[in-house]
Amino acid sequence: MTIPFGNPNRPNSYIGKTVPRPNAARLVEGRGRYVDDMILPRMVHVVYVRSPMAHARITGIDTAEALAVKGVLRVFTGADIAKVCTPWVAVLAHLKGLKSPPEHAIAVDRACWVGEPVAAVVATTRAAAEDGAALVDVDYDPLPVTGDMMTALDADTPVLHADMGDNLAFRRLHEEGDVDAVMASAHKVVSARFKTARHTGVTLEPRSILVDWNAPEGQLTAWHATQAPHMMQTVLAEHLGLPEGRVRVICGDVGGSYGIKVHVYPDEVATAAIAKIMGRPVKFIADRLESFTTDIHARDHEIAGRIAVAEDGEILAFDIDDWTAIGAYSVYPRTSAIEGNQVVNLCGGPYDFKDYRAQTTVVFQNKTPTCQYRAVGHPIAVAVTEGLVDMAAAELGMDPVAIRRRNMYADDCYPVTSPAKMRFEGLSHHASMDKLVALMDYDALRADQAEARKKGIHRGIGIASFIELTNPSPFMYGIGGARISAQDGCTVRMDPDGSLVALSGVTEQGQGTEAMLSQIVAEGVGVPPAQVRIITGDTQVTPYGGGTWASRGAGIGGEAALQAALALKAAILEVAAAMLQAQAGALDIRDGQVVDADTGQDRLSLAELGRIVYFRGDTLPKGLPRELVQTRHFITSEYPFAFTNGVQASYLEVDTDTGIVTLLKHWCVEDCGRIINPQLVDEQIRGGIVQGLGGALFEEIHYDAEGQLLNGSMADYLVPMAGEMPDMIIGHVETPTLESALGAKGAGEAGTAGAPAAVMNAINDALRPLGAQVTEMPFTPERILRALGRIED
Amino acid sequence: MKASAGGYARASDLRHALDLLGQAGDAGRVLVGGQSLIAAMNMRLSTGDMLVDISRISGLAGVTQQDGRLRIGALTRHADLGGDPLVGRHAPLLAQAVGHIAHAAIRNRGTIGGALAHADPAAEFPACVLALDATMHLEGPDGARDVAVGDFFIDVFETAIAEGEILTAISLPVAEPAEVQILKEVARRSGDYALAGLCLVRRAAGVRLSALGVGSVPVLAQGAMAALDAGDIDAAVTALRAELDPQSDTQASGGYRKHIAGVLLRRIWDEIGGTA
Ligand SMILES: Cc1cc2nc3c(=O)[nH]c(=O)nc-3n(C[C@H](O)[C@H](O)[C@H](O)COP(=O)(O)OP(=O)(O)OC[C@H]3O[C@@H](n4cnc5c(N)ncnc54)[C@H](O)[C@@H]3O)c2cc1C
Repeated sequence: MTIPFGNPNRPNSYIGKTVPRPNAARLVEGRGRYVDDMILPRMVHVVYVRSPMAHARITGIDTAEALAVKGVLRVFTGADIAKVCTPWVAVLAHLKGLKSPPEHAIAVDRACWVGEPVAAVVATTRAAAEDGAALVDVDYDPLPVTGDMMTALDADTPVLHADMGDNLAFRRLHEEGDVDAVMASAHKVVSARFKTARHTGVTLEPRSILVDWNAPEGQLTAWHATQAPHMMQTVLAEHLGLPEGRVRVICGDVGGSYGIKVHVYPDEVATAAIAKIMGRPVKFIADRLESFTTDIHARDHEIAGRIAVAEDGEILAFDIDDWTAIGAYSVYPRTSAIEGNQVVNLCGGPYDFKDYRAQTTVVFQNKTPTCQYRAVGHPIAVAVTEGLVDMAAAELGMDPVAIRRRNMYADDCYPVTSPAKMRFEGLSHHASMDKLVALMDYDALRADQAEARKKGIHRGIGIASFIELTNPSPFMYGIGGARISAQDGCTVRMDPDGSLVALSGVTEQGQGTEAMLSQIVAEGVGVPPAQVRIITGDTQVTPYGGGTWASRGAGIGGEAALQAALALKAAILEVAAAMLQAQAGALDIRDGQVVDADTGQDRLSLAELGRIVYFRGDTLPKGLPRELVQTRHFITSEYPFAFTNGVQASYLEVDTDTGIVTLLKHWCVEDCGRIINPQLVDEQIRGGIVQGLGGALFEEIHYDAEGQLLNGSMADYLVPMAGEMPDMIIGHVETPTLESALGAKGAGEAGTAGAPAAVMNAINDALRPLGAQVTEMPFTPERILRALGRIED
Repeated sequence: MKASAGGYARASDLRHALDLLGQAGDAGRVLVGGQSLIAAMNMRLSTGDMLVDISRISGLAGVTQQDGRLRIGALTRHADLGGDPLVGRHAPLLAQAVGHIAHAAIRNRGTIGGALAHADPAAEFPACVLALDATMHLEGPDGARDVAVGDFFIDVFETAIAEGEILTAISLPVAEPAEVQILKEVARRSGDYALAGLCLVRRAAGVRLSALGVGSVPVLAQGAMAALDAGDIDAAVTALRAELDPQSDTQASGGYRKHIAGVLLRRIWDEIGGTA
């Protein structure tokens, strides 16, 4: 069975429509259930004592005073936890040479960053645990701190992990063609250095876990704010020495993730270990201050880039040298080499050129570990690529739209393989650009810009084309040995009154997964979406799956749901055909009724069919299959990733006296294949843009030379807020992937991928007549004024 | 983190509040809107406080005009201040300031007395009352006393309010017919504490100019004031930059803040027509 997507008037046409989110009313009425809302009998709270030093030997831990605090029950050190929990090593076989030392749930002997857990205090209340934590007396012997990225590999820089030999975690060089020869003979070569700041995801709900150990059953249950319950099940089972079948991870409502909650955090694993030792429920909720020091950070990159162009604007070559510092450990199990690897994979992405060289160098330092955060590597690669393209256009006196049109892959050239060896099934760069130019009325904006300039107002237009990696196959993690599922599954069941229940391995983080699944199942079976109940986030009941990451929920989990729904429909129609003495092929299900496919005439309600199957099965022909539960799994197999594409534009104003940037408007046209719910996609794009704008203008984690984090609160780590956000106009082009019947690719990261580059190019467009240029994010007022040479000291 | 308070009592009147503070000794802490204090307690920057909640004491909120002076009760909330007609006429600087202070929820709770007693050098009200040449009215175990604004701000988070004393009101001269009051600042996001800001009050006797976010206390820029009185904006900018020594932090360097102060002064000057 397939769905005639081409016909918008087809029956049950919920795919492609904005339908209400099934969980919205519950969440806005305050009836969401987050981990911190869970209260279990005998539950206790754990608070972690964290290293105040970036690098130190732990020479002694005195817990006597802490244990004397009223309400404090136990204090655990790293050695205590190591007895029940094995350490992990975050490497992947396909990232050749990647190394990282074993990491313990609580530091044993040595702390390697400010915020690393060094002891745990368990008490009857969180407040008592905090009182106790303040009294744990840890003796530290300071060790030399490795902080700076670019000198991490210098001979006189201390080696952070002596066993590793040096501070190099990973290096990859990719070369295609003869970049040096092209650069030597090209009409023009433009080079620039870029920096992206270290930032973090700032989820509304902080990291949270509640773990109970039921000794007689030998069962560990974790209520966890996570994107990947099955991965966590596997990890907890492995490191606590339990069979997977005795670990249940339940993921209720989650207050945003953005990639932050897809990693294994030492304090969360330690919480599980403590629950196992104490035999009672233990709750850990990160507070906002420890979120800043212990949630993964991301995007601390410095990049030297070069582009070679011909006189007519043809892009001949890119040469990229990327450096990133990932903190003290590679993060388990996805590793911290992926971001740099993505930069190598994605630079130059939209363009049809031949010669390419890109290297990433990933080093250790005594800071909070970095790992995958929304749009992993994309904002960096897009900023470098699009920044260089704009600079080249300016050198050639070419319009930024024209140089892109000159070089983007033609819309009819697919499939095609890029110089980075990425395979594109079908993209729509030109159609997207055409739509963007029309949406923003590019020529009118240029006229407005020129008019404003006459009055001394400096406005800029910035364009950023991009590709986005979605729907990953096992090529992302599985082939490297990580037990991370690229496959996902869905079970759809019909209950006696015709209600449907769908259990999916992908998860809801607030992004609307459940709405998307309910539409697909509703259309697949032929019922209104309100008749479908979606269950996600429970390893004991849903099919095994990967969860939420790399924009895969709709493309992978959605296809599994569609196939399961179509299978259930077939099973229902088989029973209906027997009951109605008709051919199954002549029947259909519409709006919860079995109907004649030709005339649409009602034949049988699903409730009646359910009544017969469940309570009067005796009246059906013997041997008639009556399997009203169907499960299907989906995995991509033709392409390692389903690439999407898009283009963004920013219009902004720079106050050249204060350096303040005012965002006037933002546009994005993207192609995520089949759109299942237009409103959800638009809001994913908008939310993603906001996070990208945060990286471009506001977000930056500062450390001093001793590795102390300087701005770990919402007062001085600036997230983008509504007041500064521009109106965002979103448009779409749809090029469905042919790998699935649904045709959906991902849309979760496109906004974040392109927004920083669009803003950078717009600022530089505004500043160009003044001879200034900025390439270091975030573009703070001070950096802009310094680029303009306006500050005396 | 969870706050760790030493105790809490709600005062029924001023006398009661002073008694409670007296009993608590150096652990005593006045609580009003809690928009600075509770945040500090929630980060355990302040622990063991014996909180004396004066927010329900009647008669300490509101604005009155008396004998050529405007009197603003310490418990007046930012939101009420911003909409008060007397403030609009006689102290428009304060009304302008409200638009820059945080967001609606905070303005609904925070009080001018709390903001002044807290004495954050980046806050708007301290610099405003300095430019307005206000008088601070205190009540203590030994009775009432007045402190001139010039003597009130001592250091970061430190004022002339002695242990056991409560700030009950501030007062300022009503505006002259042609008085000019203007506040300008630069902040990274709307509602953030400013990177730098200026308050200018022009009366017949001359200009008063104060700066916020550029030192450990709000700064009265006397060199710049003299130059403005002489009508020389270039000299005023030079003088202003010379008399400021702002801190550098993760938001901006001292050099940037100094630069911005000069930019803001020129903008204010242009806006008020460029005459002393
Ligand atoms: C997110 C956020 C953003 C903010 N942004 C800004 C901003 O941009 N600009 C700005 O100026 N402010 C800002 N503030 C601070 C806000 O203005 C506070 O309300 C104000 O500083 C304190 O007023 P309060 O009544 O809440 O005082 P409280 O927090 O209750 O008390 C503050 C301190 O003053 C003492 N105190 C209070 N009242 C008296 C009194 N009458 N006599 C003696 N001592 C007293 C208390 O003991 C305490 O030490 C912000 C606050 C928040 C939470």
